[in-house]
Parts: sequence; C-alpha cells; structure tokens
Amino acid sequence: MTTSTTTVDPAIDHIPALRILESEAVHIIREVVAELENPVLLFSGGKDSIVLLHLAEKAFRPHPLPFPILHVDTGHNFSEVIAFRDKRVTPTAARPDGIRLIVASVQESIDTGRVEEPDDPSGSRNRLQTRTLLDALEHYKFDAAFGGARRDEDRARAKERVFSFRDEFGQWDPRAQRAEPWSLYNGRIRRGESVRVFPLSNWTELDIWRYIELENIELPPIYFASQREVFTRDGILLTASPFTHPRPDEKVATEWVRYRTVGDLTITGAVRSTATTLPEVIAEVEEATVSERGETRADDRTSSAAMEDRKREGYF
Amino acid sequence: MTATTTAADRQFLRLATVGSVDDGKSTLIGRILHDTGSLPSDHIESVTDQQGQLDLAALSDGLRSEREQGITIDVAYRFFSTEHRSYVLADTPGHERYTRNTFTGASNAHVAVVLVDARHGVQRQTRRHARIAALVGVPHVVAAVNKIDLVDYSAERFEELRAELDELALQVGIGEITAIPVAAKAGDNVVHRSSSTPWYDGPTLLEYLEDVELAAPSPQPGELRLPVQLVSRPSEGHRRSYSGRIVAGTVAVGDEITVLPSGSRSTVVALDTLDDGRAVGVAGLSVSIQLADEIDVSRGDVIVSGRADAHLPVVARELSATVCWLAEKPLRAGDRVALKHGSTTVRATVQSLDRRLDPDSLIEQVGPGELVLNDIGTVTLRTSSVVLADTYEQNRDGGAFVLIDEASNDTVGAGTIDEAREVVPGRATRNDIKWHPSSLARDERWRKTGQRGATVWLTGLPASGKSTVAVVLERLLVSQGRVAYLIDGDNIRHGISDDLGFSPGDRAENIRRVGHLARLFADAGVIAVASMVSPLRSDRDIARELHAAAGLDFVEVHVATPVAECERRDPKGLYRRAREGSLRGLTGVDAPYEKPTDPDLRFDTTGADVTELAQRIVDLLVERGVVAAS
Repeated sequence: MTTSTTTVDPAIDHIPALRILESEAVHIIREVVAELENPVLLFSGGKDSIVLLHLAEKAFRPHPLPFPILHVDTGHNFSEVIAFRDKRVTPTAARPDGIRLIVASVQESIDTGRVEEPDDPSGSRNRLQTRTLLDALEHYKFDAAFGGARRDEDRARAKERVFSFRDEFGQWDPRAQRAEPWSLYNGRIRRGESVRVFPLSNWTELDIWRYIELENIELPPIYFASQREVFTRDGILLTASPFTHPRPDEKVATEWVRYRTVGDLTITGAVRSTATTLPEVIAEVEEATVSERGETRADDRTSSAAMEDRKREGYF
Repeated sequence: MTATTTAADRQFLRLATVGSVDDGKSTLIGRILHDTGSLPSDHIESVTDQQGQLDLAALSDGLRSEREQGITIDVAYRFFSTEHRSYVLADTPGHERYTRNTFTGASNAHVAVVLVDARHGVQRQTRRHARIAALVGVPHVVAAVNKIDLVDYSAERFEELRAELDELALQVGIGEITAIPVAAKAGDNVVHRSSSTPWYDGPTLLEYLEDVELAAPSPQPGELRLPVQLVSRPSEGHRRSYSGRIVAGTVAVGDEITVLPSGSRSTVVALDTLDDGRAVGVAGLSVSIQLADEIDVSRGDVIVSGRADAHLPVVARELSATVCWLAEKPLRAGDRVALKHGSTTVRATVQSLDRRLDPDSLIEQVGPGELVLNDIGTVTLRTSSVVLADTYEQNRDGGAFVLIDEASNDTVGAGTIDEAREVVPGRATRNDIKWHPSSLARDERWRKTGQRGATVWLTGLPASGKSTVAVVLERLLVSQGRVAYLIDGDNIRHGISDDLGFSPGDRAENIRRVGHLARLFADAGVIAVASMVSPLRSDRDIARELHAAAGLDFVEVHVATPVAECERRDPKGLYRRAREGSLRGLTGVDAPYEKPTDPDLRFDTTGADVTELAQRIVDLLVERGVVAAS
C-alpha cells in the first residue's frame, strides 16, 4: 500500500488474540447468513454453544437473531441446563423478540422407531443423537448448521474445515474436504446437501473461558462447584440420577464437583473442584493436565477414532 | 511485550509447517506441543506404547487412514501458548497429492516452518512448498534443519544446508530463510537449547517464534477496504447497517466514505466493533457501520475511504493471477468458473494460461496447454462483473480469491492477483482483432431510416409469460411503423447457440451471445425484443453494460409472475418434469432465479391483459425518447 503521513492511534496497532478470534467467528456467522438460505444454530446449553450464541447475537445486533436455535435433546439432561436454556430464549427488554428454540427429541426418535435404544440401561444416547439431528435438519430443511466444536477437542476435530460440507445423507468425507484458503469460505451446495459450520474452530478451551470472563457471559450453574451426589464408573465421575443407574458396587457419595462440559448426563463426567467463581474456574483450567474430553466424556474413549466415525455418520 | 501480558492481551500467531513426507513434521509438532507443556496427560498417554516410548508423530495424524498409511492427508490444527503469544499451528501434509491442503494451511500463516531432513537436504516437495509459501506471501520463513543428530551434529553439514536454503530462497522469491539445526525426536533446539550444537548461536525454534516481528495491520484511514458482507434492513428505531470484516485501513465515526463500484458517498455515523469502546475499526476486525445517507449498498460492494488522497482498488474485469490448481480435472483456456473474492462471487472465463511452474526445476514454462492437479501457474481471467481488486502484494485479503466449479460446487483453485485491469465491456480486448468501422455514423443511419434502436430485455421464470408479451410488443411496434425483432431464448438455440447445452456455463454463454446480438440490432436501428429467462443478475448486467458502453438504450423488464402461476400454466411441461425428477436445473425449481433489483419495469402476467402490458413497455420507450408518442 502507498504510505501516507497520517498519525496512527497507538492503541490500534495490536489487537488481542481473543478479539481476533471474536471477529473471525462473527465474519463466519455473517458469511453463512449471506450465502445460505436456512441456517440453524445447534445449542446444547454447554459453554461452547453459549459462546457461539453470544457471538451470533453480536453479529446481528441491534437486530434480532436471524435464525432459530436447535437443541438435540437426549432426554438425559441436567435440569439446570434445561432451565438455563429456557431462560436464555425468553424475550427480555433488550431482546424483545426472544430466540426461536426448536427441540429435537431423541426420546421421540426412539418412540417412533427411528432409532433403537441400546440394551444397556445406562448406555449413552450420544450415538442416537445423530439420527435425531439429521431428521431435524431434513424436516426443517436447514442447509447450514452452526456447531460449537473446537479443533482442540479431538484429533478428528483438528482436521475439520470451518465450512464442513455434508452430502445429502449428512456424511463427512475427510478426504474430499474443500480447500479453505484465507477467509474465503465456499458455501455452495446442491439441494439436500448441507454445511456444518464451526465458527469456534480456532478457539481453545481456555479461550472460551477467558472470553466468557471478558464478555461477562452467563452460564448454567453446573459449571461452578457445588455439592452433588456422584459415583465413579470407568474412571469417570458421574452424577447419580435415574438415568445413570448406579450399580450396587458403585458407591454414591456427596462431593464438591463442577463440570467442564455439558452433555448427555449418562456420559458426562464431573471434576472435583471447589471453584465457585469464574476466575477460580479459569485458574483450574489453566492448571488442568487432562484434556476436557479425556476427563469428562466416556463415549470418546471407546475407540481412538470414535469421533471420526460419528462425524462420518453425520454427527456434528 | 512484557511478562505481565494478560491472557486477553496475548498476540495471535498463525504458523504452518511445510516440507516433504518423512522430514519429520509431525514429530516436530509433537515436540513443540510436548515441550511447551501443551499436551494433556491423556493425549500423551494415547501415543505412548507399552514400553513407555512416546510416538510424537502420532499426535497429529487424527484420521484413521492417516494412521494406517503413516502420512498426513489433511491439515491438522494444533494450539499452544506461551506468556507472549497464542499459537495456531497448521500441520500441513507433505504428500504431493494433498498440496491443496498445504496451500490452505499456508494461506493465513504469519510464519512458515520448512522442514528439511539434514541427511537429504532440499527435496522436490521442499521446493514446491517453499514456492507455495512465497506465493501466498507468508511474511516469515524459517527452516528447521531436522535430524541434525543423524549427521552427528555436524556444523559443516549445517552450513552446507544453509547455503542450499539461501539458494532456494532466491529461486522461489522468499526474502530470507532463517535456518535452525534441530532434532525433533530428541528435542534439540526446538524449545530447549541443545548442548550438542555448541557451534550454533542462533535462537531455538520457539525463541524465533516468540520474537518474530508481526506486521501491524495497515492503519491508514485512506487505505480502508470494507467488503460489505451483509446489509441489515432498517427496523423500528434502527437504521440500515452494513457489516463486514475490515481488510485494510481504518474506519471511525465521522469518516467520509465511498461505496464502490457505484461511487456513492456518505459519512459514517455509527460504528460497532464488537468490543465496546473501541473508537477506530482496524484491519482484522469485524464491524457494523451506519451511514448518514440512504444510499444503495449491497453485498459485494466495497466501502473505501472518501478522502481526496484515498488509495482505491482497481474496478477490474481482467485479472492476471497466479493460481494453484486443486482439482483432478485440468484447467484449460476457455474454461468458465465462479470466482469468489471478498464477499462477492462472479463468473470468470480463463482467457489464457500464460505460464506454468515446473516444480522440480522451478523454471516457468510459457504458454502451457493446461494446469493439472497441484500445478502453480499464471493465468489471465475475465470476469462477468467487476471485481474490486488490490494486488496480493498490496493486501493479502484484497488480492486473494478461490475458484469454484459451477457444476460440482467444489473449490478447484486458489489464486492471488498479480495485476488487475479495468476493461470496458464491448470494447475489443484482443489486440489482433480490430473493430472494422462502418462508413455510416449511427446518427446518420438512424436519421435516414427515421428510427433509433434499443433493446427491450424481458427476464422472468419459465412460463411467466415473457414470450407472450414479447410477441405482442413486437406486433404493436411494427404496426406503428417501427422495425422491431423478437430474439427468443428458444429460437436462438436453433442456430446461433445450437452448439450449447444447459450447463450453467453454456447458459451464461447463450445469454452473452444474445446480449451481443441485441446490441448489433439496436445499433442498426432496430428495437430488439429479447425474451430470455436469464436467471443470473451478473449475466443480465453484462448485456446491460454492453449497451451502456455503446451508448444504446437498454430496458430491463421483469416479468414477475409468481412461480405457482408459472407452474400451473407449464405449457412445455418443464415444471412437471422437474418435479418428477427427470429434468434437473430448472430455474425456479432447483436452480436459482435472481430477481432484478432495479428493473425498468416489473409486472405480473397473472390475469393481466397482455396488450395492456405491451403498451406499458411502449409507453416507457416513448418516455425514453426511443419512439415518438403515437
């Protein structure tokens, strides 16, 4: 560029990493709304999808969110998360239109015979979610679905594009991913095909927490330590509940715990913690020596390619 | 930077590793992650064998087939951070077949780390990847001369390789390559300084990354580039706002701006930079702005500075570009593709393939017949609508594009603009073909025949009633003593376009031909009545601009009959066949129709009197002074 002699505000020559990530995510969200017809945001009530929803609202403010959010409900929920979800979409003075929430129910998929519940009563419904998700995307004719997945979560996730193309069966083919140089995203699809879009691709778990602090974003209370009835199964600290069916040899005890992720209650583990405030949680995450999924997700342990296999089937 | 940098203030550095298969990229990455303490214990556990041996390379290869074949297929993104910086590391494949992924990984990088095996030196893929790094303009290139332990930590061997790398830098056009002797497996000079290389006094790889100077975004207001991504409709209490990510320069409340390509001017009255309280939007930030005036701005437009000394992009229709071809099907002269640049996508034709780089010799071959998968070459592209272009050298985002195949929708090429040229549509662009002037001036012809020419262009869905109106219009004009001629989309395919099919490229070509034909008719003093579905705005714009450039009237009529009504009529059974699935790509069913945003006339033929509609077009021609009132 040609040079000119204008003095430059010294405060603008350096943009902090979190603000770059924020701008990048907002750019991606706006690009989807501009190029695709009928997007939806997948919302689990977990911290990543809460950050994603916050970014989406920022991307369009002061106007209301131009797309609905979709919760794929396994039926095995933390009640605090459902309460948070319902409060989050309720109209307020600042958000008079509220947010349109669509709930796709795994229980309904089971009841209608679309999927079969595993025999093991404490078995996870995580795998079943894929069918319910694909059915919902097809039913509402969504051609783009935003997900809060991050590349730091898993080896297969690390390979995912920002715009991840899915064929008409929702399948991912890692060998045929579209090149994605610069910030030029190709959202062109044919009828029936769709894209999964991951605006948080370049964020890490710590980025998410620091951004929550920076923007003062509200979270469901299970992210902060409290006393809960828990027991250990396969090294994972599970909450005792009608869905988890503690076996006689699994001793239930009251402990101080919090959650690092929110998912199906039957497979989401808690961590022992006394961190009741955001700075305390961040300090613990900074010190953590075990990854988020390694510590708290039983389903990812089943095989080293568990995530890849689920993604190929259409999971986000 | 100081040690007191808070987490939120950390700088962001994007890093890409490139180099040949087996040079040890994955191991190096595993080593960086391990030695910076970025690996959670469960990840370390997952790549430790029963003897307790750590397989660092296995950390990166996330796909089943990668682990099976022991090669990296796709970019893996890895993260680590230090006190100073947050790093996103793109681990790109060394394998030649996946060069497109290397390109993807390198396109955003601030630093490229080129891996070189100390035993083998610079390889074919090292050259190709260094060329890609140069092509995408990675600002800093560092060479990790790996496996230095396997050449006995030899200072002489390192010096030899350093000379080889200097020569490579010169060959591919990289300013400078810093070479660092490392042993990724053992950890020498990656994060920790090695005692085995006492002769080396430069930085470790991490020290280099920590200290490398990151260029600040161009902070000059006169260089503003804000490609408009989205225009929000005004709602109660809120003005219209324009959103996008700033690509260069700055924007602040009170700044005068110009919207390109229209040239409309206004002043910024509100700015939202997402992080509340920032007064100046700067390159890299996503913003929304509001303007003092209600002017016409749409997606694909670029907001630039309105200052007198502003540096403006070229309003280009022709690009000289360097392209990395990413598809199995080769690229040839004459091919049509979609070109996505900033927030705009236009059609482009490959005018010529100019040069192709031989990846082995790095010598450029002039006038190649085609570019095949992974080739890097120079091409000339003509675009159907304007591209507001900067050169890549001036501005990475303003000078980059991808090419998309319109049939498969795949991203088939990535390119950087070397030179952008303005081309006036309709003007001969090949210098070996000259326009042979007639001995008659147009005015003279029109005066003598008593008629001026013009084109009426009817666009609308199939069965919307275009041709019905066109036929009546033709008769009405002729009955008034005018020479008018119907150019019907179907009829044209019996002759002039009988070589064309119905692929998107062929349809665009058909419309292009009709545009030229109508222009010749209009020039001759005939009122050309073109009835064409012409679903894409860009194609119609070409026809309009052809006429404008020749000083001829062009009247666009949108026959806006609702699709349900068109489908009910369906005289040729097109809709029925499309619904049955035996006809693909029918406009309005499974192919898009882009309504004219600002037609000269718009009507719906449902229940309308066709003669009355045709008369409305005649009235418009009278208003324009094309025909006299009868």
